[in-house]
Amino acid sequence: MRRVVPARRAAAVKVVGPVQWILLPALAVLAVTLLLATPIKVFGLTLPEPVTPLILAFAWPLIRPSVLAPLALLAVGLVVDLFWGNRLGLWPLGLLVAYGVVLVSRSYISGQDTRLLFAWYSGVTAVAFFVGYLVTTMTAHQPPSLIALFFQYLPTVLIFPAANWLIDRFDDGDLKFR
Amino acid sequence: MSLRESPFENLRVPLGWSAGGALLIAVALAAFLLLSDRSEADEAGHEPIRQTFESGAAPVGGIFAAPVRWLGQVSDHVDDYFFAVSENRRLREELADLQAERDAVVALRNLNSQYEALLGLRVEPDVPLVAARSVSEARGPFRRARLIDVGRDRGVEIGNPVINEHGLVGRITGVSTGVSRVLLVTDVTSQVPILIDRTDARAIMRGDGSGNPRLEFVRGDDALEVGDRVLSSGDGGLMPRGLPIGVVARGIDGTWRVKLFSDRGSIDFVRVMLFDDFSQLADGSALEAPPLAGLNTAPPPSPEVVARIDDAQGRRRAEADRQAQAEREARDRAAADARAREVAAREAAARQAQTQAPPPAPDWGAE
Repeated sequence: MRRVVPARRAAAVKVVGPVQWILLPALAVLAVTLLLATPIKVFGLTLPEPVTPLILAFAWPLIRPSVLAPLALLAVGLVVDLFWGNRLGLWPLGLLVAYGVVLVSRSYISGQDTRLLFAWYSGVTAVAFFVGYLVTTMTAHQPPSLIALFFQYLPTVLIFPAANWLIDRFDDGDLKFR
Repeated sequence: MSLRESPFENLRVPLGWSAGGALLIAVALAAFLLLSDRSEADEAGHEPIRQTFESGAAPVGGIFAAPVRWLGQVSDHVDDYFFAVSENRRLREELADLQAERDAVVALRNLNSQYEALLGLRVEPDVPLVAARSVSEARGPFRRARLIDVGRDRGVEIGNPVINEHGLVGRITGVSTGVSRVLLVTDVTSQVPILIDRTDARAIMRGDGSGNPRLEFVRGDDALEVGDRVLSSGDGGLMPRGLPIGVVARGIDGTWRVKLFSDRGSIDFVRVMLFDDFSQLADGSALEAPPLAGLNTAPPPSPEVVARIDDAQGRRRAEADRQAQAEREARDRAAADARAREVAAREAAARQAQTQAPPPAPDWGAE
């Protein structure tokens, strides 16, 4: 008698490694930064210039604490500084401070309602901008315009859905990270 | 003893702590980079890194920017289509105004060239220009700069002013082989010495990251009015005098600001002025030339002319000596006459005094 062996189904195990949740989002953010730096006017207005790496600084510590993430943020910040012509280290410092704030507060933020996440994101973004404001004031010996600051802060806050999507996409809800 | 058997076998650092450690290391690195960047002090510092990065970023940025540029062209076409009539009317009015102005400019230019020739003024020579295309632009509050697609291979150097068809845009702060970085006049570290066309007052135009730079250190009372034209003063030799910059306006914070002419033009095409400082305006021999054109143009005198000039000068000197001698003799004669008159007057006075004296009294006691 022949024994019928049920066909084993290939288990579709999707491994989410650093390439998926660190490298690819970092490259995407840099690509968007490059795109938005194009010097054109659309219907008389220049393109907005959000600080897109703040998406990563907010989402990465909420997805999971990692040794790679701060170093990746440092690298992304340096590329942004070089590309925009900033003083080297300005945005790495701002991004890392934002990352640190979220990392310390992640037990309060994780699993919260989207509106609360948005409030946290706005606050963390304000902290990063404040760091940039302080550094620029000290190095240029005069404060930058608060109006100009607001007009970069606003589009940066408005890209929160991208950060929320990143968290939803990669947050595995593993309790050991909470 | 293997690690498995060691007392650290069950030691596991919490992930949060290791992430925190990595964060601290990254923050320390960022702070070190920040403190070691001396780009504002005009030192090399991280300049080689920047040059290498910008040389690579410019073509990559160009590729990424292609679809966005296409979008911009579409919006330009839509603008042209919908606003062609109103723009045509505006341009006709502007043309009518400018025709009268053009005639006045031609007359003034002619008069000015005559004055320059008469006074032997050394005017600034034409500065060569290099056209360039902006590859990318930073518009944030902490840095306002552009990458343009010309570099050292086209003669661009650090400090060269950058203009567009309407006015001053900024100056070059970094150069590599095929790419340069332009620091815009609106950047928080930008300072440009300016003059007000109407009053000739001087000031410093200082960017603050917004679209309209501030005017500081304004010299002179009532030196500014809304609408005054702002030009580069050329003080300090950073850029030529007279580059149009903008018009004076009041900011919402009450400070004097400048509405930039360069905002009216396209933002993707600029021109780099290959201008270093005043030392390039004239060669050394020209600077040694006499200041007046008349002295420069008179031919050297011939020997006959020199002899005639010497003869004439000798005659003039002899005549002057003769006149001086005659004047001296006349003065001596006058002085002698005056002395003789004085002596005669004294003698006359003495005689008169003798005749008017009373006769001697009679001696009655002798009879």
